[in-house]
Amino acid sequence: MNIDLSRRGFLKLAGAGVAATSLGAMGFGGAEAAEQARVRAFKLASMTETRNTCPYCSVACGIIIYSNGDLKAGEEARVVHIEGDADHPTNRGTLCPKGAALKDFVNAETRLTTPRIRRPGSATFEEISWEEALDKIARALKDDRDANMVLTNDDGVTVNRWTSTGFLAASATTNETAWLTYKTVRAMGIVGFDNQARV
Amino acid sequence: MTNSWTDIKNTDLVVVMGGNAAEAHPCGFKWVTEAKAHRGAKLIVVDPRFTRTASVSDYYAPIRPGSDIVFLMALINWMIQNDKVQWEYVKAFTNAPFIVKEGFGWNDGLFTGYDPEKRDYDRSSWDYVLGEDGYAEVDPTLEHPRCVWNLLKEHVSRYTPELVEQVCGTPKDRFLKVAEMIGECSAPDKTMTSMYALGWTQHSKGSQNIRGMAMLQLILGNIGVRGGGMNALRGHSNIQGLTDIGLMSNLIPGYLNIPTEKEPDWQTYMSSRSFKPLRPGQTSYWQNYPKFMVSFMKAMWGDAATAENDWAYHYLPKLDVPTYDILRMFELMDAGKVNIYFCQGFNPLLAFPNRGKLTSALSKLKLLVVMDPLATETAHFWENHGEHNDVDTASIQTEVLELPSSCFAEDDGALVNSGRWLQWHWAAATPPGQAKHDTWIMAQIFLRVKKLYEDEGGVFPDPILNLTWDYADPDEPSPEELAKELNGRALEDVRDTADPAKVLTARGKQLLNFSQYRDDGTTMGACWIYAGCWNEEGNNMARRDNNDPDETGAYPNWAFAWPLNRRILYNRASADVQGRPWDPSRKLLEWDGQKWTGYDVPDIAPASRPEEVGPFIMNPEGVSRLFTRGMMRDGPFPTHMEPFESPIANVFNPEMRGNPVARVFASDAEQFATSDEFPFVATSYRLTEHFHYWTKHNRINAALQPEFFVEISRELAAEKGIQPGASVRVWSKRGEVRAKALVTGRLKPMQCGDKLVHVIGIPLHWGFMGAARKGWGPNSLTPFVGDANVETPEFKAFLVNIEPATGEAVS
Repeated sequence: MNIDLSRRGFLKLAGAGVAATSLGAMGFGGAEAAEQARVRAFKLASMTETRNTCPYCSVACGIIIYSNGDLKAGEEARVVHIEGDADHPTNRGTLCPKGAALKDFVNAETRLTTPRIRRPGSATFEEISWEEALDKIARALKDDRDANMVLTNDDGVTVNRWTSTGFLAASATTNETAWLTYKTVRAMGIVGFDNQARV
Repeated sequence: MTNSWTDIKNTDLVVVMGGNAAEAHPCGFKWVTEAKAHRGAKLIVVDPRFTRTASVSDYYAPIRPGSDIVFLMALINWMIQNDKVQWEYVKAFTNAPFIVKEGFGWNDGLFTGYDPEKRDYDRSSWDYVLGEDGYAEVDPTLEHPRCVWNLLKEHVSRYTPELVEQVCGTPKDRFLKVAEMIGECSAPDKTMTSMYALGWTQHSKGSQNIRGMAMLQLILGNIGVRGGGMNALRGHSNIQGLTDIGLMSNLIPGYLNIPTEKEPDWQTYMSSRSFKPLRPGQTSYWQNYPKFMVSFMKAMWGDAATAENDWAYHYLPKLDVPTYDILRMFELMDAGKVNIYFCQGFNPLLAFPNRGKLTSALSKLKLLVVMDPLATETAHFWENHGEHNDVDTASIQTEVLELPSSCFAEDDGALVNSGRWLQWHWAAATPPGQAKHDTWIMAQIFLRVKKLYEDEGGVFPDPILNLTWDYADPDEPSPEELAKELNGRALEDVRDTADPAKVLTARGKQLLNFSQYRDDGTTMGACWIYAGCWNEEGNNMARRDNNDPDETGAYPNWAFAWPLNRRILYNRASADVQGRPWDPSRKLLEWDGQKWTGYDVPDIAPASRPEEVGPFIMNPEGVSRLFTRGMMRDGPFPTHMEPFESPIANVFNPEMRGNPVARVFASDAEQFATSDEFPFVATSYRLTEHFHYWTKHNRINAALQPEFFVEISRELAAEKGIQPGASVRVWSKRGEVRAKALVTGRLKPMQCGDKLVHVIGIPLHWGFMGAARKGWGPNSLTPFVGDANVETPEFKAFLVNIEPATGEAVS
């Protein structure tokens, strides 16, 4: 069973079908069209559905995200509802109290929306452009690496390691993010490299 | 997990020890419910606290935090004493018959070779006797006094039910009932599964806790079978993936290793990785290490990695210490030796021990860069939040950059669940404001650093300038491109080694699986165990066929499981020596006279004859290990070690503190407490309504569990005059917290010998950011010490004191 069937399409069909057949069968005739026009469309029917997995624990429950807007069509999209994926073999549509509230995570008030900088000694963050932030990071990395890269140890063995900069990777990023992170961190020679698996 | 979530339905007995799946992995725990309801399976819970998992168990036994090895070794002893052993499995599929060198032994809680100055063992005696032919000597009759089985028998003989009662505080009759229930699973047609999590890993001897259960499972014949296995319930959605891809100080993707400075060249590095079989005819799959390693180097550096330059071996850093793990990095940071630190979706200020030390260390950085979807405590460590983060902001000179990143709902890619399933997901939303994908952020940082090296030159720019970066949009490599690199691709035509005229995969195409990886530079592949995830058949991680032939729980065409879409590891061990399933009703694989057939991708070559090739192909022995040789730093068998902070001296050696080979930094040793000053044992745990420090940002979860509390027994409450719901102060030698007291019957004092031990439970979900009320985490209190093998901090057993608090509790 390869589920590519659009649930939205299914809901539309089912909703229209119920209205048409039951009213028609009861002999309302002309009233049928008027009634159908009055019935509000199922709210989620106009949403874009996307298959995803819960980002919390390692059960990785299947979820369906309903968004207002179609990202794949190049539109802006906002999450309006998240529910369990009934086709998923592990969770079969169920979610726990965390997964059931996932929308609150996506739309949390404390989501970060702009790069910010806290200057030495300052009591506040201030906004900074991506360009400026990234240039600052690159400059700091280059300077620290050039100053502290250890090329050989006391015995003259080539070691090419950099210990004065460290990198902690996440626990919920994708494999693909993880691999790009691995590439860049390792290529620079950083050895203070770890992820949440350590704890 | 050796098995999968959906396979749990096949079990006869679930043992939850070192975890609390009903609360921490609720939807996975449904498969336990399924096994209980439809198979009549039983559930045993062994835990210091009567958890919600315990509340639906068939049998519960309490245990003092940090005493698990005693319980597990006593179980093994009981199995041996009562002949509850799956003998055919033990003799054929474990190293029980292998002869161990003279000289290896155990005395006073220590194995031979201990050097207290180095806090390390000389492990040279912890090994097999090798014959002149290079093979390990064995005694299939198990009569040789030096065979692993007899050494194990002697080792565990000390662990009696009486010792369990004395050290673990588990009443003897409770232990015996658990042992009897588990003993039934030594029958070839009975299976037990072990589900564990951080309750076992977060100890200074966490690895040995897990080994203890793995050994028990081998003795019962429960590894490789449906409904069996060692099932680590990973804590986060892609911790498995990040570990597989090697985002750790000492790892290369696919569990290869970063070289050390004792391996100055490629030849030396490879010489210790030849993995010559230790018994005739065995597979010893790691013999393919050079293929995986060369393909990885080609994935990193492409044409710059050649046979002539040893595949750019010197582009890799060489370690001078085992790991620059997080504990070591914060130690170095606190000593002023780290200038820049990145936190990508990680909140160490709440996740790592001894928060006071963490704050001090972060304050010494020049630059802290935090990439996260949420405003974390780490990014705001310099901000004064009253008693919840009482820092002197003006004196902290660290510059902090807080970069907004996307979350799961906003990106495409794969996460690896606990059962090793790589599941692809799709973006559904636009990141808010200026938030960006992590891939874009990492690419931008890297390309800018590269540009600086191009423009200015600098120290050893080669690995940066030559890093493969052939992406359609260099500014933002796509998940599809990156996933394909993880799978691997043919750089030249890949030919059949048996028939060189035959091209298996043409140049430029995706490799079918890791059998096509080559060590001559003609293939690239970042992570060999993932090979097959995106081959010429397409993105197998996105497969959504939820058919399950004969309802075995395998779901073989749903997503992709590493390695090779194998759903149960060591599955050849599901059949006897002749290849007949131990339990025909739970067939997984069987030998049909020509080849292995069944419900899963066989662990061994499909035409390997069952009597000749052992099931544990990653080991040069071809069998599993009840005795680990010198591979674990703290012993080839688990031996009882107390936590670094314990109310009770080690029963085998009162002088021994904690794990005798765990790394301890001097300043941290001074902060270890004794029970004179800190009489109560504390342990940390999760709640079902919260996920770590994330869900406190969500209004719903913050409403469900709004406020920090600590859990204590009625007896301790009475002793200390603490009313239910009153505020209390809990402090350790490293810090203090204030909380509401949750007085329950779920915790009970435990009588351990002549000592009555009280346990305090400390949930871990509060901080000073987000929608929930401000609070603290257990890490304000916990000791800065990790497991001797992997440096996972000891969060599950430490000492505190408690008293009623004056004034208002948490605001």
